[in-house]
Amino acid sequence: MKYLKSVVTLRHDEEKCTNCGMCVVVCPHRVFAESGGKVRITERDLCMECGACARNCPFGAIEVEKGVGCAAAIIRGLLTGSEPTCC
Amino acid sequence: MQNQSCCSGEASERQYTANCCGNSSQSCCGDAGQDFGHEQASCCGYSDARTKKWIIGYVPTPVGNVPQVSTQLSFSDKYGFWKCRWSIGRMRYTIDPGLYCVGNPDANSPVLVTANYKMTFDRLRMELSGLDAWIVVLNTYGINVWCAAGKGTFGTEELVNRLHEVRLSDIVSHRTIILPQLGAVGVAAHEVQKQSGFRVVYGPIRACDIKEFLSSGLKAAEDMRTVKFTILNRLVLTPVEIIAALKPMVVVFGVLFMLNAIGLGHYGLVDLYALLGAVFTGAFLTPVLLPWIPGRAFSFKGFLLGLLWAVGVNLINGFPAPVYGWLKAITYILVLPSLSAFFSMNFTGSSTYTSLSGVDKEMRIALPVMIIAVAAGAILTLVNDFILVFG
Repeated sequence: MKYLKSVVTLRHDEEKCTNCGMCVVVCPHRVFAESGGKVRITERDLCMECGACARNCPFGAIEVEKGVGCAAAIIRGLLTGSEPTCC
Repeated sequence: MQNQSCCSGEASERQYTANCCGNSSQSCCGDAGQDFGHEQASCCGYSDARTKKWIIGYVPTPVGNVPQVSTQLSFSDKYGFWKCRWSIGRMRYTIDPGLYCVGNPDANSPVLVTANYKMTFDRLRMELSGLDAWIVVLNTYGINVWCAAGKGTFGTEELVNRLHEVRLSDIVSHRTIILPQLGAVGVAAHEVQKQSGFRVVYGPIRACDIKEFLSSGLKAAEDMRTVKFTILNRLVLTPVEIIAALKPMVVVFGVLFMLNAIGLGHYGLVDLYALLGAVFTGAFLTPVLLPWIPGRAFSFKGFLLGLLWAVGVNLINGFPAPVYGWLKAITYILVLPSLSAFFSMNFTGSSTYTSLSGVDKEMRIALPVMIIAVAAGAILTLVNDFILVFG
């Protein structure tokens, strides 16, 4: 299942990347793939901005504006003026 | 393993339990303590085992007895699942954080890490039959692994502290811990290694794949690393959605009832089932039929089904017969799809694949449209009421 196209904030810095493959392991939507020893973003629109890749990248090669894709949380955040957090 | 006495036993154990039960029995043995974890579970295990049927024994370790848990779910465990699915006590369904085990693990046995939401813990242990393993339960305040990782409670700091507190390095000789893959949202594996000396290996997403993961030398197939959202996954989430949606609807029904009571409103059974149908469409039908409804935005999917419902309600009740009235028909067309769209949009939080950027974009368009449509519908229905009373 795919969500909206071309909206995610995921950025992968190939200069900093050492192709360790940690992002490939942790991504729950298989956004990254390794081929020929190089790690690349192959399914960008599948990204849900959970932030697992960025948090587990020891080299700071991934940036993403992490957050919960939860409408109720965003509304709660708007009403209370705080960051959207789920549950 | 069966040594269940709290403050007696062998010298080494006495030393340990004295530590635990000696200084402040209140905090140790009180059942409402927040952060006792390992000590409480081991030290006060005797009473634990009587109240918690899923603790079936104790395994002695150099640092004390560790509760051994059953890999079979009892009726009460399953009843607990059901209650959570219906939003009954869902946010309080916790177990004590700390160290547990299945089977008879030793210093070489694998270590699994999980959250202290009891449904999460139960779904893990039911997949571990025949295994000898340690289970470190983090304090996620009763939230499942993925959501807790998003909040940061299933996180690097809690993990490192908990490993230290349960003295895992005195229990196992290896230095590898297995985390559910979705825990990676909150845990930085390289930080954990630096701070605790334990190497984090991310296991499969679903507990049902753990046996295969362990037997294949800690390798997870692509399929085990991919989050799914099957029709069954979606179906079990809908009762919580329906209950959450009905709460604000009670207010709406209250307002309509008041309008009737003061002699202005003309609301009846049709309005009741029209509105309830919109809730059902948005909070149940759209989630269940999600991948088969055209469009990508959840609110759009909910709007489409809601529109079908609104047209249906109008046709069933005699539209376009003159007696039915255009105002009523237009009101339904404005209000019902908006309600359905709103409750569908709320399902983004339960889904496994929506991003914050995407939901933000969707809401910027959908929310103003819904508000305007519902407000216009409310004005129209009041105009209709006035015409019926005074016209």
